[in-house]
Amino acid sequence: MDVGQMQRQWLDYTRSLFIEGFLDNQFLQLQQLQDENNPEFVVEVVSLFFDDSERLLKDLNFALDQQGVDFKKVDAHVHQLKGSSSSIGAQRVKNACIAFRNFCEEQNVEACLRCLQQVKQEYCLVKNKLETLFRLEQQIVAAGGSIPMMELGF
Amino acid sequence: MGLAAESQFHVLAVDDSLIDRMLIERLLKTSSFHVTAVDSGSKALKFLGLVEEEQRNEEPSFVAQKTHNQDVDVNLIITDYCMPEMTGYDLLRKIKESKSLKDIPVVIMSSENVPSRINRCLEEGAEEFFLKPVQQSDVNKLRPHLLKSKVKEVGEEDQLINLSRKDINEILA
Repeated sequence: MDVGQMQRQWLDYTRSLFIEGFLDNQFLQLQQLQDENNPEFVVEVVSLFFDDSERLLKDLNFALDQQGVDFKKVDAHVHQLKGSSSSIGAQRVKNACIAFRNFCEEQNVEACLRCLQQVKQEYCLVKNKLETLFRLEQQIVAAGGSIPMMELGF
Repeated sequence: MGLAAESQFHVLAVDDSLIDRMLIERLLKTSSFHVTAVDSGSKALKFLGLVEEEQRNEEPSFVAQKTHNQDVDVNLIITDYCMPEMTGYDLLRKIKESKSLKDIPVVIMSSENVPSRINRCLEEGAEEFFLKPVQQSDVNKLRPHLLKSKVKEVGEEDQLINLSRKDINEILA
């Protein structure tokens, strides 16, 4: 594949992530903050998101596994996860967190466990997608090309 | 660059989330602000040269307020609302209660759109309330608040110049 083909592949893949709702406008904002002086900005922030999320999902598992569930704690963890997913544009994870918080308020353990599964699923999906995207970017750069700028209005 | 350090505005950003700190720092730097980012209200107060009241109670021999550190010149404070131990609102109040800090513009950020929360912050003296995730367009709104405080400073300098002119005239009279 030549650089042009790789770039088109990157564009198509990125577009699909937006159309399928995995990413929202906030991800574009992240890309716009990246420049020659901060060429790894998006990867750095997203890596932090991965670390943060994995820790929070573990904490949520633990909190919901207790005899007497502390819903305040559960809600605090979900609030954090909602915040970070929103900050990087991981729309489906964010939405799953919003639903999760509603059940925290109701103090419904069963529903919360279901929500946790949902959040985990969405997280795994977006993690895979983003890792694929970053691999494509690495290939483009290795071949001497540059990452296209995503335009709104696709 | 040939610009003097004083001509660059210095923003203190406060947020317990590392991701959000990275984001706000990048956003502010893109607008050519000099940025210091801390992860708590107490760290922010320490940076601003203000010692917490709790410390004062523990050790009564300490001076409650350090003399304002002349080297630390902060032109604006932008803080998250939801933080453990000290919320952005608590921080805002402490700043407005401080003689040396009350004129520094404060902006609050929050992921939650709660009208009563927003009003409370604005009533307490916050200049703006941004909903997260914060955008470049929000950061662009900061400059007028910074320029306003710069104009204040310049106004005071003019008064000093006028005073000495007056003095000279009296002497010459």
